[in-house]
Amino acid sequence: MTTVLATPELEATNERQKRRRGFFLALPAYIYLSLFFALPLLIVVVYSFATRTRSGGTALEEWNLESYRKLGEPIVTDILLRSLTLAIITTVICLVLAYPFSYFLATRRELTRNIMLVFVMIPFWSNFLVRNYAWRVLLGNDGPVSQLTEGIGLGETTILFTPTAIVLGLVYGFLPFMILPMYAAIERMDWSLLEASRDLGASGFQTFRKVTFPLSLPGVIAGSILVFIPSLGAYVTPQILGGGKKTMLGSYIVTQFLTARNWPVGAAVSTVLMFVMLMATLIYFRKGGRTL
Amino acid sequence: MSTTQKELRGASRWALSLNAVLVYAFFYAPIALLVLYSFSDDDLVGRWGGFTLDWYRAFGQNDEVQNALGVSVRVAIISTLISVVLGTMAALALERFRFRGQRVFDALLYLPVIVPDVTMAVMMLLFFTQGISLLDSIFGIQLSKGIATVALSHIAFSISFVSIVVRARLSGMNEKLEEAAQDLYASKWQTFRHITLPLIAPGVIGGGLLALTLSLDDVVITQFVAGPGSTTLPVYVFGLIRRGVSPLINAVSVVMLAASILLVLLSSLAQRARGGQAT
Repeated sequence: MTTVLATPELEATNERQKRRRGFFLALPAYIYLSLFFALPLLIVVVYSFATRTRSGGTALEEWNLESYRKLGEPIVTDILLRSLTLAIITTVICLVLAYPFSYFLATRRELTRNIMLVFVMIPFWSNFLVRNYAWRVLLGNDGPVSQLTEGIGLGETTILFTPTAIVLGLVYGFLPFMILPMYAAIERMDWSLLEASRDLGASGFQTFRKVTFPLSLPGVIAGSILVFIPSLGAYVTPQILGGGKKTMLGSYIVTQFLTARNWPVGAAVSTVLMFVMLMATLIYFRKGGRTL
Repeated sequence: MSTTQKELRGASRWALSLNAVLVYAFFYAPIALLVLYSFSDDDLVGRWGGFTLDWYRAFGQNDEVQNALGVSVRVAIISTLISVVLGTMAALALERFRFRGQRVFDALLYLPVIVPDVTMAVMMLLFFTQGISLLDSIFGIQLSKGIATVALSHIAFSISFVSIVVRARLSGMNEKLEEAAQDLYASKWQTFRHITLPLIAPGVIGGGLLALTLSLDDVVITQFVAGPGSTTLPVYVFGLIRRGVSPLINAVSVVMLAASILLVLLSSLAQRARGGQAT
């Protein structure tokens, strides 16, 4: 048998071959996503510069910024502001619930931790629509929540179809998105630093503020983005629990396409939403978060 | 030493435990009540009126529900199979090779994960509307939205999820085994078939189950690209909910929940198989 020596020439051929094989492996998905994702994305951006015709169609000939100008009108800014407010409230509530929970989870023994994790994964994977529907049943007239509050003398619960119900549904839907990256960050933490801080005389609170929290920050940021983005674009929750009356951005976009037939404005709002999401994602990767 | 320093004392430990209990109660009480009410013999959805299986019988006998379920299952199987193949190939390409255009590809692969549902729905709607009218005006081919457009859209977001799960598995894997096989004169295909594939199998299965779940759960995108006759179960249920709650929806919901839970358990089993750790 001849011994093959790794000559520079052979290595170069090898390298070229490897490049070609990698390229061909990636090609089917590349083509698929270019055609069925990148192109549709481009079309939305193009439509946002188009004009709505009187019959509800879309004229693509003359590009203009009319649809973007419309975003400054009070109807749209109101919806934008409401969506932002509800998304921020949702994110903050998730943070407050998830941080101590993730900390608790990360400090359990391995077996307990794995079992507890499975029970976080179940709602994470369960049908979002169904989980929102459950709250619709619970909060309904004479529903269990109402029966409970009446039973303890607080009177009937009337939060269904209010912003409170929307926030409740969003928190319920997206809490696992906050817990999982946060848990991953806390679990990975160098715990000896905490011990060092205590040894050096820092109080429990000081240790938390100066050591624990900064160490867990990547998880906090990742979780916040994972909750904030879908909350901002939420459509199902406002429809089911908000009754579709107080609109949020997602519902507004859908209305523009399916009912109002103003595609350019719908496309413009979608483009803005996409831009916000891209910025948030860039921040996420900057902060080194690649959990999930 | 690691256990002692993680031990918490007194009040804070108590507060953390209480919070954990509350979080779990928050997660599971609504689901438990929904399951309970799906067996309730009362026309009002949130009231207990004795045990019955009527709503599940209605679920089995309702033609519209059965049709929608059939569409859901077909779409989920088609889109899972295709996205598993494409996603696994993409994952292998990105983890094992260096090639031109890699960074663009990487970014393109991440985008579907982070684009909000509604935006993706709008994208697919405009794309298919344009595409269908273009095919009609140039080639005279008459197409309409249907199962194909739904499956094509589901594949578009599933590929990314599959590739993320498979990549996680690949990155934790030792390349030495593949090199050893090659040194022992295994062909590229033999190496893949006997070494790489068995090692990444838990990732491929996990990714496939995720794709299946995502396809079975999607409402927003499907609603935009489904035509008459290609309504999936979640889209049908969403339509019903918007008209009001009913015990039938309770039963359908519980069936959908049970399917999701089964898929999670299967996936966590797959991830743990062959000594692999869930990521």
